Amino acid sequence: MLEIRNLVVKIADEDKQILNGLNLTVNAGEVAAIMGPNGSGKSTLSYVIAGKEDYEVLDGEILLNGENLLEMEADARAAAGIFLAFQYPLEIPGVATMTFLKAAMNAQRKARGEAELLTPDFIKQVNGAADKLGIDREMLRRPLNVGFSGGEKKRMEILQMALLSPSMCILDETDSGLDIDALRIVAEGVNALRAQNRGFLVITHYQRLLDHIVPDTVHVMSKGRIVRTGGKELALELEKSGYASYGEAA
Amino acid sequence: MAAVQETIDQVKSIDVTEYKYGFVTELEVDKPAKGLTEDTVRYISARKNEPEWMLEWRLDAFRRWKTMTEPTWSRVNYPPINYQDIYYYAAPKKGADPKSLDEVDPAILETYKKLGIPLREQEILAGVAPENRVAVDAVFDSVSVVTTFKDELAKAGVIFCSISEAIREHPELVKKYLASVVPVTDNYFATLNSAVFTDGSFVYIPKGVRCPMELSTYFRINEQNTGQFERTLIIADEGSYVSYLEGCTAPKRDENQLHAAVVELIALDDAEIKYSTVQNWFPGDAEGKGGIYNFVTKRGDCRGKRSKISWTQVETGSAITWKYPSCILRGDGSRGEFYSIAVSNGAQQVDSGTKMLHLGKNTTSKIIAKGIAAGKSDSTYRGMVSAHRKATGARNFTNCDSLLIGDQCGAHTIPYIEAKTSTAIFEHEATTSKIGEDQMFYCQQRGLSEEEAVALIVNGFVKEVLQQLPMEFAVEAQKLITISLEGSVG
Repeated sequence: MLEIRNLVVKIADEDKQILNGLNLTVNAGEVAAIMGPNGSGKSTLSYVIAGKEDYEVLDGEILLNGENLLEMEADARAAAGIFLAFQYPLEIPGVATMTFLKAAMNAQRKARGEAELLTPDFIKQVNGAADKLGIDREMLRRPLNVGFSGGEKKRMEILQMALLSPSMCILDETDSGLDIDALRIVAEGVNALRAQNRGFLVITHYQRLLDHIVPDTVHVMSKGRIVRTGGKELALELEKSGYASYGEAA
Repeated sequence: MAAVQETIDQVKSIDVTEYKYGFVTELEVDKPAKGLTEDTVRYISARKNEPEWMLEWRLDAFRRWKTMTEPTWSRVNYPPINYQDIYYYAAPKKGADPKSLDEVDPAILETYKKLGIPLREQEILAGVAPENRVAVDAVFDSVSVVTTFKDELAKAGVIFCSISEAIREHPELVKKYLASVVPVTDNYFATLNSAVFTDGSFVYIPKGVRCPMELSTYFRINEQNTGQFERTLIIADEGSYVSYLEGCTAPKRDENQLHAAVVELIALDDAEIKYSTVQNWFPGDAEGKGGIYNFVTKRGDCRGKRSKISWTQVETGSAITWKYPSCILRGDGSRGEFYSIAVSNGAQQVDSGTKMLHLGKNTTSKIIAKGIAAGKSDSTYRGMVSAHRKATGARNFTNCDSLLIGDQCGAHTIPYIEAKTSTAIFEHEATTSKIGEDQMFYCQQRGLSEEEAVALIVNGFVKEVLQQLPMEFAVEAQKLITISLEGSVG
């Protein structure tokens, strides 16, 4: 599904190289976790896949179902099936969450040549998905993420993920800033979306998220490369030994 | 959401690099020589068939104007205006002073049609529910060419006509109220306007009458090198209500043109006036060549108890905007409101805001100003809130936010607050933000294109103000804002 080959990336206006020949494959139906010390390039990887402009790709390719993502703008990548759940979701003042959701869903439908959603169908879908995540309907009328707590923002990311129905979900440090109850709700939301035709890339510094979203594979990232790959037990091993042997003092 | 999508489709369907209303109507016109002397003033007054007292009033204003100097305190830059190089009057030759639409030059009717303003009542009536009807006074250069629905309004006792007609037909009302809010010598441009004003609208709503339809005036500057000196006077008698909308456009020309208007509103006891402007004068090109100088004095007098005046403005045009629609809160318990969206792009300069002068007891006012600056434009909000010592219990809430797009534009906020009573409560909030790359990336990651993302963020930013406009104008204004910002990102 997602194939990354020899990816070399630097920050656009600086000489600083972040990714140094990274290789990674995530198959349909697979949940892959990426763990690694701070500064290893985890968040950069998620931004580069999603198409943020602050980076320059020097070499390599990123393919989603055989399509070269690097030739597409961020919105085209989204329509092709990439979804990034942000570590710090942005606030959009004055734009009701409902309005934003409808705009995003219809923009993607349009890009794929599908008809716009009918309003009653849209409302039904949103309400159904919101109820599952324990999101108050009143919150859907408020401007997106404005004044939301950390947990509410993360739940809103999962709501968008559910409604946009992407083929490749990337979760960037989704556990940061969540208490244990919020973490459980978010993880349940993600688990409910696990499917045969959908891949997940779960980026996290800590093992605790992986107690709730159990991965099929765990990759360890260090200095802009995947340096080790294993099963879910690798996460537990890292929890004990820390990242010291991967370039960060414990 | 549909509105945002519609906005984008509309923008795409027209050639946005061209100012949409920049065409010129070819007409034979009647105009005196360029320049301003007592003879110019006499000429205008004669052409309007004005009574002697009006001519004297104008000449008095002209003599005072000659002793004044142009103000320089605003944050705008422009070369000195040569007042002798302007035409002060221009009227279409054919069908001057028309008695009915049939006498109006068809080229003018065609112009308004192109602008989306039908003037034939039967065209307006087709497919419009009675409650959505709008009566229009169409001012073309120096003359009002037609006022629609006059007869129907007259049945309700509402007077809606050009100011020239009001001077002839309703001198008692004009004498009583003209310059009672903006004195002749209020400021340089107001004094100039008093001497040479040509046309504008007059509205009188009698006691206890709720005006049965929206009233509007559509100003069009067509002739080259011609100034437009609009004069509007609206009086809402006790317990009455009126909603009025003003629209304006001009052809694309290389030289600057002057629009110096005076608008006066008077609300008596328990009356309410809602005045909305969608200002879309030609803004000049990206380098700042051409465009309208919009130097305007707009002021409302809440003369009666519990009266209310609200100004809503959407400003997208003009090379230079210099205007401060204000409220004098004279009556006890009166209320003033100012809602503004000022969009500047290219080389436009805006120095705009409001004044809320609290004179009566328990008077309240609210100011919501949203500035959006893009390109190399510069936008200043200048606002004054003051409470007289007798204005016990006065309250004001001010919120002014600026949104910057790109890094070559500027936004400034200059508030003046003055309270002479300890019981006044004034609140002021101001923010400046930039459409962040992160915000854009977030929207695009969800599938929105770059232009959809800007439209969404900007619409969110101005929502509070757009909500104040009558529904159909809000949609227009939303489109206008998106068009004005086209090409400003990326």
